Amino acid sequence: MTHASGLPAHFMRPGSSFFDFLTTHDPSLIRSVGGGATIEAPHGTTIVSCRFQHGVVMAGDRRATMGNMIAQRDIEKVYPADELSVVGIAGTAGLAVEMVRLFQTELEHFEKIEGMTLSLEGKANRLSSFIRSNLGMAMQGLAVVPLFAGYDQASDIGRIFSYDVTGGRYEEHDYYSVGSGSPFARGSLKKLFRAEQDADAAVRVCLQALYDAADDDSATGGPDMTRRIFPVVYTVDARGARRIHESELQVLMDAVVDQRFQRPDGPVATDPTGEATS
Amino acid sequence: MTMPFYVSPEQIIKDKADYARKGIARGRSVVVAQYDQGILFVAENPSRALHKISEIYDRIAFAAVGKYNEFENLRVAGVRYADLRGYSYDRADVTSRGLANAYAQTLGTVFTEAQKPYEVEIIVAEVGADEGSDQLYRLTFDGSVGDEHGFVAMGGAAEAISTQLQEQWRPDLSLEQALTMAVAALSEHGGQGPRTLDEQLLEVAILDRNRPRRCFRRLTGDELSDLLNSE
Repeated sequence: MTHASGLPAHFMRPGSSFFDFLTTHDPSLIRSVGGGATIEAPHGTTIVSCRFQHGVVMAGDRRATMGNMIAQRDIEKVYPADELSVVGIAGTAGLAVEMVRLFQTELEHFEKIEGMTLSLEGKANRLSSFIRSNLGMAMQGLAVVPLFAGYDQASDIGRIFSYDVTGGRYEEHDYYSVGSGSPFARGSLKKLFRAEQDADAAVRVCLQALYDAADDDSATGGPDMTRRIFPVVYTVDARGARRIHESELQVLMDAVVDQRFQRPDGPVATDPTGEATS
Repeated sequence: MTMPFYVSPEQIIKDKADYARKGIARGRSVVVAQYDQGILFVAENPSRALHKISEIYDRIAFAAVGKYNEFENLRVAGVRYADLRGYSYDRADVTSRGLANAYAQTLGTVFTEAQKPYEVEIIVAEVGADEGSDQLYRLTFDGSVGDEHGFVAMGGAAEAISTQLQEQWRPDLSLEQALTMAVAALSEHGGQGPRTLDEQLLEVAILDRNRPRRCFRRLTGDELSDLLNSE
């Protein structure tokens, strides 16, 4: 039965996935495989995430690059996916931002239709299938590689999930980073992460890791002290996902930069088997 | 082969309308009322899982009475309508007026074309920046739309409840006052004489105009019993 301008019959078919609904209703809204040529488009760079006692922090630098150019200096690459999870994006910015929007809608849609939220694993798996559906674009050089983190109500901890371009999903322990600056950020996280740290300490660790990434990777933006552009930082715990306010961030960032004036390479890690290494 | 009896169009419409009205009158009632900080929804509903009140979008909610599978279908379609619009345009482009129109078309078509009309009555409510910009649309089984102000009652005892609310409702009621008023009206009518409706028998939700994005919130458990006993 079709209605002149009312709600079409397939609007009432059972199912709680917005993505599946779009697939039948209007597939053009979901991007699919394009032509053969490789396209150049802005790329987002580094995302870092690390756990604290009952939650998780995610932070992203503000730079998007296109080849050797800075495409945007204040792009936002970390978004709340729903009330208890966040997603950070590295890779082709245009596709990634669209994927985040679809993912946010998918989670909210499920919640409204079913009257309950998906489990954290469920959300992570759903994102996996979105990345897989972008595989055709990824093969043309337009890959999207998100990092997903959230608070798991069942076990009262923060959890981090990383992905590969084929949609492979991997749960990370304690900390992780994706994007061009991630090797440097991961090294930094590895030395600074402490299992017993609280949320404030985890935020500082993430800011240090981003600074280290920007220090060695030209595509990652460091703190822009003259324009006062700082990383986007979210904490997620039982109370929900919260963006660290600009004013709070300024104080934290100033402390990091002041300390780097004393020692440009950042904090010194201690070696318990001997003396402090430098 | 037998010749069908001639039945006049007026009679067919009347029969369908009577059928739908009877179905709706069997159900328990729902009250929707504006209060100073938003819109309150109260339903007599002993079920924790089968809702009569639901969130549609950021500032829009849905309340229904009648046949569950029919209004559930409409609710799901409404959520899809809203999410699709918000995804393809912008969150600000999802309006209760658009949704009410889509529902009206659907209900109207089913009423005239299908064998059996939907035995449902629906309210689509949108909370605005202030009381003056709140919107309440009431949709009946035949696709008629009414633009309401202040309060609406639907279901079996709708008329008696409306009469009582007419005397008690006024602008800038607090949430406690609006809830007390709605629960009193639902307890007084719609059963075999007055009853006490406690939080076990009520489904209560609000569209709170002060919440940042998603204004819809269910009131349950201790929060609800505290509000009910605040007098």
